[in-house]
Amino acid sequence: MSGAEFVPLSLPPIAIGTCAAIACALPGNFLLLRRQALIGDAISHVVLPGIVVAFILTGVISTWPMMIGAAGAALIAVLLIEGIRRLGRIEPGAAMGVVFTTMFAGGVLLLEQTDTSSVHLDVEHALYGNLESLIWLDATGWASLLDPLALAGLPPELPRMALVLVLTGLFIAIFWRALKISTFDEGFAQSVGITTTPLGLALVVVAAVAAVAAFDAVGSIIVIAMFICPPAAARMMTNRLERQIAWSVGFAALSAILGYVLAGYGPLWLGLYDAVSAAGMIATVSGVILAVAARFGPCRTRAGAPAGV
Amino acid sequence: MIWDALLLQLGYNATLVSVGAALLGAAAGITGTFLFLRKRALVADAVSHATLPGVCIAFLVMASLGGDGRNLIGLLVGSALSAWVGLWCLNWLTLRTRLAEDAAIGAILSTFFGFGVVLLTVIQTAGIGRQAGLEGFLLGSTAGMLFNDALLIAGGGAATLVIIALTRRALTLVSFDPEYASAQGINVPQVDMLMMGLVMAVTVIGLKIVGLILIVALLIIPAVTARFWSERSDIVVLLAGLFGAAAAYVGAGVSASAPNLPTGPLIVLMSAGLFALSLFFAPSRGVLAAVIRQRRFQRRVHLRQGLLALAQGQPIYENLTLRLLGRAGLVRRDGVATETGRARAAKALRDEKRWEILRRDHAQEPAAELYDGLRAIETVLTPDEIREIDAKIGAPQEIPT
Amino acid sequence: MLDLICEDGTTFTENSLAQSPLAIRGLTVTYGQKPAVFSVDMTVQPGEMTAIIGPNGAGKSTMLKAALGVIPSVSGRVQVFGKPLPSQRARVAYVPQRASVDWDFPTRVIDVVLMGLYRQVGLLGRIRGQHRASALDCLTRVGMADFADRQIGQLSGGQQQRVFLARALAQNADLYLLDEPFAGVDAATEKAIITVLKSLRAEGKTVVVVHHDLATVAEYFDNVFLINTRKVAEGPVETTFNSVTLQAAYGGRLAATQVEQLNQITG
Repeated sequence: MSGAEFVPLSLPPIAIGTCAAIACALPGNFLLLRRQALIGDAISHVVLPGIVVAFILTGVISTWPMMIGAAGAALIAVLLIEGIRRLGRIEPGAAMGVVFTTMFAGGVLLLEQTDTSSVHLDVEHALYGNLESLIWLDATGWASLLDPLALAGLPPELPRMALVLVLTGLFIAIFWRALKISTFDEGFAQSVGITTTPLGLALVVVAAVAAVAAFDAVGSIIVIAMFICPPAAARMMTNRLERQIAWSVGFAALSAILGYVLAGYGPLWLGLYDAVSAAGMIATVSGVILAVAARFGPCRTRAGAPAGV
Repeated sequence: MIWDALLLQLGYNATLVSVGAALLGAAAGITGTFLFLRKRALVADAVSHATLPGVCIAFLVMASLGGDGRNLIGLLVGSALSAWVGLWCLNWLTLRTRLAEDAAIGAILSTFFGFGVVLLTVIQTAGIGRQAGLEGFLLGSTAGMLFNDALLIAGGGAATLVIIALTRRALTLVSFDPEYASAQGINVPQVDMLMMGLVMAVTVIGLKIVGLILIVALLIIPAVTARFWSERSDIVVLLAGLFGAAAAYVGAGVSASAPNLPTGPLIVLMSAGLFALSLFFAPSRGVLAAVIRQRRFQRRVHLRQGLLALAQGQPIYENLTLRLLGRAGLVRRDGVATETGRARAAKALRDEKRWEILRRDHAQEPAAELYDGLRAIETVLTPDEIREIDAKIGAPQEIPT
Repeated sequence: MLDLICEDGTTFTENSLAQSPLAIRGLTVTYGQKPAVFSVDMTVQPGEMTAIIGPNGAGKSTMLKAALGVIPSVSGRVQVFGKPLPSQRARVAYVPQRASVDWDFPTRVIDVVLMGLYRQVGLLGRIRGQHRASALDCLTRVGMADFADRQIGQLSGGQQQRVFLARALAQNADLYLLDEPFAGVDAATEKAIITVLKSLRAEGKTVVVVHHDLATVAEYFDNVFLINTRKVAEGPVETTFNSVTLQAAYGGRLAATQVEQLNQITG
């Protein structure tokens, strides 16, 4: 395949998909260890009502209002889940189920009631994203990567997603020690003066920001899959948090690249003419990686832990 | 229009959909309660998302065999098969690996759903998808539903209810206390399988009306709602069925009354409305009741602590305590105890001494268990018994002013 | 100086309150509508070892956690070395119950001990050779140096407890608060832990232990604090740990045979 074809058509979606996958997998590691893995599921569902409300308020499909709407919805959902869990004394899973289905249903209803015939806004888009359409028309080949004029024409999703990835990475790096201690032993963390509740909320907010940025480019499916599958697979590979993070980043990137390539070229190899959903394929690949790790990973079982602990 | 719909005046088909939805709602509410009591509510989310690949594969198989890809029975069989595979993977992940159940749920949900979306695009690009309308399974749609389909849903809902009725005792026991159930000779894994089978049945039947993304709401929300109203599991189960049926019936009716009102989301929102009402206003477990109780309780604690501090001449550090004492006329503005305050303080201290003696007494253990620092001793002892204890303490002490 | 008279007749002054490593006044903690700890006062003596004892569900651990702000309290005031807790965190080391954490967490023994250096190293500071060395020192003190690179999930219950103690040692605090450190550990571990605690006392540090084994109270501790929702008694083991106070704390829950055994222990 020539650079003239690859760089404008495939490189940007692959880069965006990879950034999105890693940005979600990073906080996903901590969510997994904190038994909050499904927060990602909840967040990705409530993104829809967020963007619908943003659209109704502004009347246009534009990135920033939608991002703010989605982030706001994610925050409201998290607070509602926490509130219902505490006030109603309901287990977190059930509280989550109540909140995200209700908000999602509200989003669908609003969408049906709103005239969106003139704009591209529907449930499928929110679910699958539109990774394949993020092409770089100004590029002519590998040389374009060094051409400022061509670079200016990059799809805006790429720098945005890269920025979110950097922010997520920074958050994890700066609060690494505090996150690790409070995830392992919350009581001890409080006794040494770590404010565990705000820190936990910050982690969820960072996850929400990553989810919202990623959903815009790649859809909700990837977001849920990347929050859970790469960290879960990574946990099967090592017993050290540092290495788990590294593995999860690798798995996330592998899922994104392999998934995109399989979606774009796999059908051609099978003699079909059209590509299949890249977002769906990336999620599928991440699941296959998890399955392999769960079957063969060196640290896949709890064996070694003494009984009764 | 809405009244017409609710009173089943919108034609045979719409009526059947409403009745079917109500039956489905009841079955989902009841099944969900067992799941909720077993603390596995979100397993239903994995099961429902795992149906998508099966629907698509069933469509592809039926279409390639030259049949009608949209045959609802065929699609539902496919969805049930892939839900079963998803459930099997979920169990394998939680039992055989170190993954916790929540992570396994998320992994299964996203992977199966992702794969289903891949298959959906395959169907679309194969040129047969435009007529397939399989997207309807994501969010459900009752528009253009065939009479046979509606009949199938109503029948399936009724059949599920019958199975629940026949097995309710085992389901209740296992969801409430699996270890005890096991000791009673109940095969817990089997009942768990049955429970999951019911979840699958509800999911599959509900796919067409509510869609796979929202079906989990029908399982969870009525159960959580019912929990607010009763502490008895059999009543919770019945209430959940009732709430589920009511929400589904009204939701389907309202949806049929006007265009652009999708059935699934409406049913979920009706259910959520009932939940919100219960969350705030349910007696005893509701938020409002809890807030009132907590405030009252906090005051009692502070008042009692304040009295004991007065009685022992200790300084009172907490402003709330001082304010409450002042408001009750027990201390003056400068923090010195009033006449009543001194009397009440002396009584409080004496009661503490009485409790102390009581809790030392083997014979009084049941009464001593009731001690919580606040309970008046008169509520557990007769005046004679109190006199007996007083004899051991001696004369009342002088309270320092 | 204002003299305060405690319920059990002992007196202490505001001055002693300021010197106490841990002074609790009027602490009430409730779970739902039932107080687990009701209006409890405690004054820990500096440089000594104190056992908190009481029957199951008497609020021993709850009191400790609430004093540290790990769980919220309804009312009460806590002073550590005469000042509010937040300013004194660096001087307090807390050892939670072993069962309170997930031992499947992906980390090694040495990493857990290094957590104890959090206040020293800070959020971003680098962990240097000296930190590793001091963490290893702490592991040596509890006899776990050979296990430094083990995954924590591979440890036995007693070894886990020793790792927790090593983490507390790494904090180099002045006040050590341990929640049931002897629960479910082997005899060798119990011996190792008590040796370390006694060496801490020899260094002038204060140790407070939530304890459940009445048979070893007199052997291990200087002071005893009996609680059953309310404070029952507080003072030196010789004067305070006897069948009268135990009866008051344990009430009907203490079987007659146990009372007899205790009479033999306490004389």
